Amino acid sequence: MTTITYPAAALGRRLPNVWDAAAILLVFGALVGVAHVASGTFLRLNAPQAVAISLDPIDLPNYAVRTTLRMFAALALSLIFTFGYGAAAAKSRRAAVVLVPLLDILQSVPILGFLTFTVVFFMKLFPGRVLGLELAAIFAIFTSQAWNMAFSMYQSLRTVPADLAEAAVSFHLTPWQRFWRLEVPFAMPGLVWNTMMSMSGGWFFVVASEAISVGDHTWKLPGIGSYVALALERRDIRAVGWAIAAMLVVILLYDQLLFRPLVAWSAKFRFETTAGATAADPWVLKLTRRTRLLHLAAEAAGAALGRVGGLRLRLRPSGDGGRRRAPSRLLDALLLALLIVAVTIAAHRIVGFLSGRLAWAEFEHVVVLGCYTLIRVVVLIALATIVWVPIGVWLGLRPVWARRAQPVAQFLAAFPANLLFPPFVLFIVHFRLNPDVWLTPLMVLGTQWYILFNVVAGAAAFPGDLQEAARNFGIGGLLWWRKVMLPGVFAYYVTGAITASGGSWNAAIVAEVASWGNTKLTAHGIGAYIAQATDQGNMARVVLGVAVMSGFVLLFNRLLWRPLYDYAGRHLTLG
Amino acid sequence: MDIAATRTALLDVHDCRQAYHKEASADLVVLDDVNLQLLEGEIVALLGRSGSGKSTLLRIVAGLLRPTAGKVLWHGKPLDGPPQGVAMVFQSFALFPWLTVRENVELGLEARGLARAERERRAEQAIDLIGLGGFEGAYPKELSGGMRQRVGLARALVVHPDLLLMDEPFSALDVLTAETLRTDLIDLWSEGKLPLKSVLMVTHNIEEAVLMADRILVFSANPGRIAHELSVRFPHPRNRHDPAFQQMVDDIYALMTRRALPGPRVATVAPSTIATRLHRVGTNIMSGLMETLAAEPYHGRADLPDLAGDLQLELDDLFPLGETLQMLHFADLAEGDIVLTEPGRRFVAADTETRKHIFAHALRAYVPLVNTIRQVLDERWNHRASAVRFRDELEDHMSPEYAEDTLRAAIAWGRYAELFSYDEEAEQFSLEEVH
Repeated sequence: MTTITYPAAALGRRLPNVWDAAAILLVFGALVGVAHVASGTFLRLNAPQAVAISLDPIDLPNYAVRTTLRMFAALALSLIFTFGYGAAAAKSRRAAVVLVPLLDILQSVPILGFLTFTVVFFMKLFPGRVLGLELAAIFAIFTSQAWNMAFSMYQSLRTVPADLAEAAVSFHLTPWQRFWRLEVPFAMPGLVWNTMMSMSGGWFFVVASEAISVGDHTWKLPGIGSYVALALERRDIRAVGWAIAAMLVVILLYDQLLFRPLVAWSAKFRFETTAGATAADPWVLKLTRRTRLLHLAAEAAGAALGRVGGLRLRLRPSGDGGRRRAPSRLLDALLLALLIVAVTIAAHRIVGFLSGRLAWAEFEHVVVLGCYTLIRVVVLIALATIVWVPIGVWLGLRPVWARRAQPVAQFLAAFPANLLFPPFVLFIVHFRLNPDVWLTPLMVLGTQWYILFNVVAGAAAFPGDLQEAARNFGIGGLLWWRKVMLPGVFAYYVTGAITASGGSWNAAIVAEVASWGNTKLTAHGIGAYIAQATDQGNMARVVLGVAVMSGFVLLFNRLLWRPLYDYAGRHLTLG
Repeated sequence: MDIAATRTALLDVHDCRQAYHKEASADLVVLDDVNLQLLEGEIVALLGRSGSGKSTLLRIVAGLLRPTAGKVLWHGKPLDGPPQGVAMVFQSFALFPWLTVRENVELGLEARGLARAERERRAEQAIDLIGLGGFEGAYPKELSGGMRQRVGLARALVVHPDLLLMDEPFSALDVLTAETLRTDLIDLWSEGKLPLKSVLMVTHNIEEAVLMADRILVFSANPGRIAHELSVRFPHPRNRHDPAFQQMVDDIYALMTRRALPGPRVATVAPSTIATRLHRVGTNIMSGLMETLAAEPYHGRADLPDLAGDLQLELDDLFPLGETLQMLHFADLAEGDIVLTEPGRRFVAADTETRKHIFAHALRAYVPLVNTIRQVLDERWNHRASAVRFRDELEDHMSPEYAEDTLRAAIAWGRYAELFSYDEEAEQFSLEEVH
């Protein structure tokens, strides 16, 4: 087929239009912002403008930009990690033995507790420079984002449809081509969704990691988190309000500018035989498609990436015809031995480290504190369930409402709940309420929304013919909930509840201790224990606390959520 | 129907009308002026093409939908919500995947608050009656399609309904399974073993209707109306190969093609406009049908029921296909026959490139929508046009679903004929990559 391009048309398509002007302004604005922030990172720590935070709302946009850029730096790292780790775990049988369980553990470790150590580590890497602190903050965010993204990648790579894999083999695609032409596109929808989830979680950490105190020192990085920390110290509730407003704007912007378009775009990779209901294109996607320059740039970038992905790279010579040699038993045994040695050394070191510094009684004490926090998490998840499941079902069964509620719930889940703590704390201080009870709701403040929007999604996906059957046979009241609706949304609910409970454990570290100026509120729990140990710079206690909390989270997941999830997968899924 | 007067009416539908409100233009009328009386002891089939509103009528009778206008009387009383004594069997089975066969069957009884012992007894009865014994503890996903629909039947029968509603109950099953289920059901019915008074079923399979029903109501589409009423007087069990049976199937085909398509008076067909509804019929199946028609044993002319049987096509596939070929002047439809025309024969004889030319010519001559799209593209300085404006224009004249179907058909045909190309993401027509 020949392509006839009319000269006038070709010229017309390459002339910039109005949309281009808008887009150029956006792009250059972002570039200026990045340059400005980057110049700040090489300042010495004792330079006055490096650490001075002002409560003037005029400075807030600047802080918001810096906080956001930290997020995106961490996101870039997470993506690199995801592609490496996820691919390695899926491709190599030997690597998978270690990498997969490791990922599982990392997912349940409350990273917030390790903030202290990472700060010290990065400060030593770049002594006396802001860059060290920046990297520590970025690393903290990275650790909150990377695991579930890598896991999603791993799972997608393991579930590539057999016929497509066979087609790739029969067309002699090299492993490199296969990865970019088949596996990455197949993994894309899951990856985009998990990236969105990670970003939501990341806001929580970025706010927590900008103002870090280790022992006697408190370091503050310019950002929304440190702005709030200062506002708390100075008892300035107005400034807290400004920060919340700034955060709302930031999240609204990145949601509209980045994630709506990304999700819509990734829908084309969805592997489905039936065409699902498609939402209208978000306006940013329309904008990029309409602006000629951006469109051209995107096309050029896409073509370049396509060329890289199409390279006939391969690790092994093609002589063995793609068939792998039988795995060597000897190498397996060697690796296993190596692993055992490593694990033994690690265990020895941990026990040695803790036993020299802590008594056995301390361990028992921490376990008891863990039980307190466990009770909190269980009660809160139960309360959130009782409240949000009926509401979610009500919304989900009404398509108009479901469409309105879904983005709102996602937005609320993305909002860093720690910014909302101060008004609560003020409330508790003012009415002299018992912190053991009243600090507790803070733990689900940000995480309950996962339950809501998953249940909404579940109810919205509930098949119409089953609803009709239920009505036809006159099923109503309690029977309807028991036999029809609850089983129908259960799988979705469990997905949401797992995320919510994991997030609540993490939130305990910041929620069980709260301050308002000089007033300190502390609840009894393992989160408060870790937070206090961090404040005192007591490394052994932090390690103990985090280890015990990880144990609790793991057991909770293994004994409750995993069986529920499996049960839902076996019996309660539709189709 | 002389004995009919002595039988009591279960259900009365008077002047029923169902319309969906549309913002811009007139209401979309799905059902208009429908009257129906259902007596005790009869099986009535609603026969029609998809979109003729027969499933809507079934849902109105089930109390799942409230008609826009008209009255529905159940046992002489106006219907308000799903009534007691009406049970439905769904095309998609609609079984609860988290309940076992027994639990699914018992669900309707539980809703009525029956005691456990009574529930179990009746469920066991229904399960045995319908041939599900031994599968009580199985989950629906462990069963084949035929067994699942048996569960659907048992679930409906166990509540001892006066009226059984069936919405294309066998169309999701393969041919053999469907046949077994049909004969089992009819055997039980004629032996009086079903705890039912009447059956109302929806189907688009003519043979199925003639095989099962005592009365057939043939629907016409746009808006849905009852166009014909036929009684089937063959005794059960009926024999498909009986010439009288075959004749009746043929007659219904003729009836439906005459109603749906204006037959030999092609010249008087109102010329298509840009707002004529197009069916999403693939170019491959069009070529395939024309090739089949041209070859042995048809030599250019085929009886629609025979053709449908040979090609394993349902009514819903065959009619849109025939209409489309007729619109393109590749074939004529008359009294249940389809006849290949001269352009049709030329198309069959041509090679791939020439076929595209013939098809392009037919499209530009007889499908104004495709022609308009091409004209707009030729006139535009950048030879691009957004699909949105065409969709908007179509939606002024038809429902959004029909508009989408129509636009999709135009896009697919125009692409095949290389009259224009289409960018799915940008929703834009263009002349790129067009000769």
